[in-house]
Amino acid sequence: MNNLEFSLVIGVCSLGAGFLGALTGLGGGVALVPLLTLLFHVDIRYAIGASLVSVIATSSGAAAAYVKEGFTNIRIGMFLEIATTLGALLGAFLALMVPTSAIAIIFGAVLLFSAYLSGRPQPVVPEDDHPDLLATRLGMNGSYPSLDGPRSYYVHRVPTGFSLMFGAGALSGLLGIGSGAVKVLAMDQAMKIPFKVSTTTSNLMIGVTAAASAGVYLNRGYVDPGLAMPVTLGVLAGSLIGTKVLVKTRTRWLRLVFSTVIVLLGLEMVYKGVSGHI
Amino acid sequence: MTGNEWSDRRVESIVGNLLRVGVTLAGCVVLAGGMIFLVRHGTQPAHYRVFLGEPSDLRRLRGIIHGAIALRGRAIIQLGLIMLIATPIARVAFAMFGFAEEKDRMYVLFTGIVLVILLYSLVGSA
Repeated sequence: MNNLEFSLVIGVCSLGAGFLGALTGLGGGVALVPLLTLLFHVDIRYAIGASLVSVIATSSGAAAAYVKEGFTNIRIGMFLEIATTLGALLGAFLALMVPTSAIAIIFGAVLLFSAYLSGRPQPVVPEDDHPDLLATRLGMNGSYPSLDGPRSYYVHRVPTGFSLMFGAGALSGLLGIGSGAVKVLAMDQAMKIPFKVSTTTSNLMIGVTAAASAGVYLNRGYVDPGLAMPVTLGVLAGSLIGTKVLVKTRTRWLRLVFSTVIVLLGLEMVYKGVSGHI
Repeated sequence: MTGNEWSDRRVESIVGNLLRVGVTLAGCVVLAGGMIFLVRHGTQPAHYRVFLGEPSDLRRLRGIIHGAIALRGRAIIQLGLIMLIATPIARVAFAMFGFAEEKDRMYVLFTGIVLVILLYSLVGSA
């Protein structure tokens, strides 16, 4: 393939990944890296570098829309970003040392886990009315709009959430993904933050987290302009279309299809990593 | 809803719109660089199977800016990508100003820590 054909094909695939990622809420990055490495045989380090930049683009591009809805909690986000950015730095430095086959295996495992998370019915977290001392001191409790007016909530288990966020950041830096699934898990399950607040705040954190490792990748020569160009533009366009369409479509079967694809990609990544092909 | 939350939201909505403008601008720069790159090198074979790492003039800000001024496509794309990486950094900086206006010292400190980590990654990790 020459550069022109390569850019067009990768651009179209990235558009599809961004579109489905936005529609299903799984994010474009999870499908992108396996697609580039398994289908187009791109070196996984280039693929991760390109994916990270596209993750930043989607998160920053969607920020305005999320803030307008009034669910985001900037204090929770900013405090937890200390953990995610430190984790992201660690992940990026690990990526420079860990063999690519190990990265592929970890990537595959994360894909299988995210598919499992998205396929599982959303467990209802009982709302707890007792304020938590640390969370209150950190000014994290807030309120969100509901049909019966603003509803207030209390944040819990800050240290647990903080540790999980460090892990989410490390995965993001190591694999070049947004790791939104782990971020939502930390806020929604561990810290008992309402689901909608968790997902929108997570989206805001994804860009900041990815920026913390993208600098390292750029400085070490892992970001190739010829590859990052079609990937970033494609994912950005795809996710913008995806968020526009989101309101009108039923996403149940789409999620199922996308999850199935992710499971297959995950298995293939683990196999390729174990057999030493990546 | 507390007064703090209202002004948080006001700052956030301004920042959100700024970010969108930033991403659009960066996207245009990447697209322009891509056009130049493809017009000049479109027919050359693409090779991403073997990892070589980028040459130093496509890794460091100074080399990228020199290349972009010389209208080299790949350098212009890198410049656009750096603008993209800078959007969340700008966001954190704005949030810090917002907290400073509210005289919330604790959160000025928190956002300051995040800002230092981000700047270290972009500038210090070379």
